[in-house]
Amino acid sequence: MAEKAVPVPTPETQPFWDGCAAGELRIQRCKDCGEAYFYPRPVCPQCGSADVEWFTASGAATLYSYVINHRPAPGFEDEAPYAIAVVQLAEGPRMMANLTGVPNTPEDLVLDMPLRVTFARRGAVSLPLFTPAGPGK
Amino acid sequence: MTGVIIAGAAETDQVGKLPGHSTLQLHLEAALNTLADAGLTTRDIDGIATVSFPGPVQVAHSLGITPRWMDGTAVGGTSFLLHVRHAAAAITAGHASTVLITHGESGRSRVGTARYAPSPSSVQGQFEAPYGAFGPTTSFTIPVLRYMKECGLTHEQLAYVAVAQRRWAAKNPRAMFRDPITADDVLASRIVAWPFHLLECCLVTDGGGALIVTSADRAGDYPKPPVHVLGTGESAETPLISQMADFTQSQAMRLAGQAAFAEAGIAAGDVGHLMIYDAFAHLPIYGLEALGFVARGEAGPFIAEGNTEPGGSLPLNTNGGGLSYTHTGMYGMFAIQEAVRQIRGEAAAQVAGPEVSVVLGNGGMFATAGVLVLGRQPR
Repeated sequence: MAEKAVPVPTPETQPFWDGCAAGELRIQRCKDCGEAYFYPRPVCPQCGSADVEWFTASGAATLYSYVINHRPAPGFEDEAPYAIAVVQLAEGPRMMANLTGVPNTPEDLVLDMPLRVTFARRGAVSLPLFTPAGPGK
Repeated sequence: MTGVIIAGAAETDQVGKLPGHSTLQLHLEAALNTLADAGLTTRDIDGIATVSFPGPVQVAHSLGITPRWMDGTAVGGTSFLLHVRHAAAAITAGHASTVLITHGESGRSRVGTARYAPSPSSVQGQFEAPYGAFGPTTSFTIPVLRYMKECGLTHEQLAYVAVAQRRWAAKNPRAMFRDPITADDVLASRIVAWPFHLLECCLVTDGGGALIVTSADRAGDYPKPPVHVLGTGESAETPLISQMADFTQSQAMRLAGQAAFAEAGIAAGDVGHLMIYDAFAHLPIYGLEALGFVARGEAGPFIAEGNTEPGGSLPLNTNGGGLSYTHTGMYGMFAIQEAVRQIRGEAAAQVAGPEVSVVLGNGGMFATAGVLVLGRQPR
């Protein structure tokens, strides 16, 4: 069976992947305008400033949108149908993710449901995934 | 207005399943058909535009053309609309006089073409591919659940987009799918990426098309009626679907449309025929709202009430669209071709004398957009 795609970090994304390996969701923030953003890049997309910094996000998120894919990508054959989701981090930015610890069905995946980050090994990196955040967590 | 016309337009002899044609061959057949349509030869062409594969150098060389202007803009299926826009600027600037724009794609048979695979160190390779996102069906589709929640679109209304377009395709002998369908048929077709069913996803075909753009001063010099390019627009939003600013509307479509309508000096009410790039059933919905034909949340009901199908007030995707006519992968060329046919009065499902036709192209997954406003007369 084919292998799932494995990310290959680049210098500007390495701190993100280093964070994942440490069990932290590290993203960037503009020191001039305060905008938090993802994906990693050296310029604030809000104001154009290059004065940006890394910080550790809370890992809290909500489910913004998704599809349930029935035609699996290489390596996902045993998991189809599986959800490909876009989550909204509590800090504002959005990112794509898979959803774990919950049946990937329309009934179980309700938009805006609270989620929290978790990490899974993928080749040489640790990959952020999201799982339902229970009440009170 | 831009001061240019489309003087020639043609598709390949056939579209659909063409295992005997390579991607390059489809470009060349479309080019030769278009030269014949305009009554020109390769010697008359001094500008060339096409996407990066096989690229303007290859197409020009294969045809024996030495360009003094070229454009290799490759931003997805809307690229050919941008080529028209860029050609208009080049002709106005005197950088070219007669521009040939070609599309060909062996999208189904995959003869002589490149396979799409993002590098694992690209932004897509790091932040999308690891989650099993694998081509348009798994990413272009993601925004629609958000749209459904915020705007009230129903599954039946989404399915009905395919029904309305099939009604146009039934009138077009070149369309791949022509049999009538119902919303129930669409919802009963197999799930590709829920909430999308097979019949809400475009075809995958082989084919090509080409255009010749030249100065409006030469309108009347060609065998076919001139199609005036009244206005053009282009924009880009994001290379990653996850970074689309608002999943319920396309900023790129809206900005490209505003630019094109302003240049043409038209409003939505002036438009008698409309083409909206439909790789999936939700795109006509996003497009109708982005161009201001209906308000936010109204496009699903507007289509379901029959307004865009034969006999409706706003004929939309009259060739059957990517859902029923053909979709090689970069469909934008075919949307332009149908608008040209409608303005000329030679479409298979001809609508009553549209003075103005608008073409909205999408590139990537809500990544880029282009808009052309085409007219029977200069404005």
